[in-house]
Amino acid sequence: MGTPRTIIQKVWDNHVVAQNEGAPALIYIDLHLVHEVTSPQAFAGLRERGLKVRQPSRTVATTDHSIPTTDRSLPILDVIAKTQVEKLESNCREFGIPCFGFHSEHQGIVHVIGPELGFTQPGMTVVCGDSHTATHGAFGALAFGIGTSQVEHVLATQCLLQAPSKSFEVRVDGKLKPGVTAKDIVLALIARIGIGGGTGCVFEYRGTAISALSMEERMTICNMSIEGGARAGLIAPDETTYEYIKGRPFAPRGADWDAALARWRQLPTDEGAVYDQSIFIDADALEPMITFGTNPGMGIPISQPVPTPDAIEDPIERESIQKALDYMGIHSGKPLLGHPVDVVFIGSCTNSRISDLRQAAALLKGRKVNPSVRTMVVPGSQEVKRQAEAEGLDDVFRAAGAEWREAGCSMCIAMNGDQLAPGQYCVSTSNRNFEGRQGKGGRTFLASPLTAAASAMAGVVTDVRTIL
Amino acid sequence: MTPFTRLVSRLVPLPIDNIDTDQIIPARFLKTISKEGLDKNLFCDWRYNEDGTDRADFILNKPEAKGARILLAGDNFGCGSSREHAPWALTQFGFRAVLSTSFADIFRGNALKNSLLPVVIPHDIQKELFAIRETNPDYSVEIDLASQTLLLADGRKVEFPVDPFAKHCLLNGVDELGYLLQHADQISAYEARQPWALNTAQPLDG
Repeated sequence: MGTPRTIIQKVWDNHVVAQNEGAPALIYIDLHLVHEVTSPQAFAGLRERGLKVRQPSRTVATTDHSIPTTDRSLPILDVIAKTQVEKLESNCREFGIPCFGFHSEHQGIVHVIGPELGFTQPGMTVVCGDSHTATHGAFGALAFGIGTSQVEHVLATQCLLQAPSKSFEVRVDGKLKPGVTAKDIVLALIARIGIGGGTGCVFEYRGTAISALSMEERMTICNMSIEGGARAGLIAPDETTYEYIKGRPFAPRGADWDAALARWRQLPTDEGAVYDQSIFIDADALEPMITFGTNPGMGIPISQPVPTPDAIEDPIERESIQKALDYMGIHSGKPLLGHPVDVVFIGSCTNSRISDLRQAAALLKGRKVNPSVRTMVVPGSQEVKRQAEAEGLDDVFRAAGAEWREAGCSMCIAMNGDQLAPGQYCVSTSNRNFEGRQGKGGRTFLASPLTAAASAMAGVVTDVRTIL
Repeated sequence: MTPFTRLVSRLVPLPIDNIDTDQIIPARFLKTISKEGLDKNLFCDWRYNEDGTDRADFILNKPEAKGARILLAGDNFGCGSSREHAPWALTQFGFRAVLSTSFADIFRGNALKNSLLPVVIPHDIQKELFAIRETNPDYSVEIDLASQTLLLADGRKVEFPVDPFAKHCLLNGVDELGYLLQHADQISAYEARQPWALNTAQPLDG
């Protein structure tokens, strides 16, 4: 028996192609996901150097960030966005990369379709020019966001130069109370460690509360690893994982499936393995979480008051919090409950999967959203949309007065015209509340789909536990 | 890549913690398919009034920021997205280095690939530089990459860490892709060892 290893170490060890003196390791990339925003300059770089894509069959593309979420029979009216989308499709044709483009029945947010189609598998290395690539860590993959230079590196060589990260154990034990979700676990983690707390680390989420989660809930948690500063976050695969993957279009089949399963079962962290850092979260003690400020670390349990900056000793930190409160136009010292809301956004790679939509629909069924609130429901993919429509969820949302839209990133990143007006308040199931993230001057409260739906009905920030 | 060896410059202070990539360059400017022309969108929402005119109180619009090559920032600079548009916008504006107590991982990697040097400095030095800069807008520092030192005006030397390989690339103006391409045989050997390979091109009904 060798030294006990974490799953992070095992996946790393399995992917080292070369390790030379004085240089970082060459790490092989099993799956490269590509979208329209961070790839055009990388393809241009390949063309300039006369390079090919080394492994088109380990690469897959879709359009999600800059596309409209209006009826797909309509053209893309934004000329710049249209050019970008067409550029992705022509680049993929030129370099032989499968692309689920604007009109594909499998189009969707890249971090929704990867798992949905079975591309994402345990033990893989997965990269994408998008910081929420950590989502795929839910399957026990080492998945992280890269910049456009690295997109070019992976296209050309299927490898990256990487230094190993530190391991950070996030142990969550106990049982979530009604109204408390996976989103609340990860918002609570980030509130505790801050948005730089995981810099240089990969999170491994484990413990009884994590094991009890569905794959979609696990994706919600891993998705927001980057908001805690960690480039990746993962969860060891188990029966829940295998059951999700089996039979998906791109998953191994037959004898290949059996062999893959045997390999995947070797991945979980060995007993006695040592982490560089650890934190413990008591799931029983969690409340629904909501953010009050301009980064995801500025979060509070929904019944608790917004903290006062006066108590902070460091002047820059104090001013940063004060700046956030000024931008948000909120006062410290009392809870956000009852704060008026203009828009509710249910969607994004964090919370746009079928289980998220089912949760929101269960609350909204037979009820109405407050007429003063614009409520947008944006499914994560065409597949999620079809499933929701088969279950009649679209009718529930429309009857409640919410908008039922086409798949894409939409108001999470507000590149496509789905955006807040200056000053508007939004309860959003997305992952970032940075200044202007959902539209210039817009103000975001991050929360779970349950909190979002409850707030849509009331027209104010609402504790979902009061209406369950 | 432009080599980076030595840099002497005044400082442009942004004493705010956790400056994220959505502030460095808002997402609405990411619809471009080119790397060029991003400098005008750098810190766009802090830099311009509603009517598009310069906000006089924002540091980039002050005369002393003109020609300065070093940004002095609060903690955890560059958190948020993976957009390489952030270092592209910073370098196109003229910056060649950012001083902070820490950098987000993806931003740091992206910066190094664009000859923008992330310089990690201790908290007390950061505080001191913000204070000096407040009274002396012409205050300059020197960065010497070969010796990994930040030289302050009073002669003190502050050492900073740089990954040795990134340093080699910066000093010589070479990028990583050439190095990666030299390993084609090892990559092929690795691929040949794999028991199963994903095929994203397989027909969806297969």
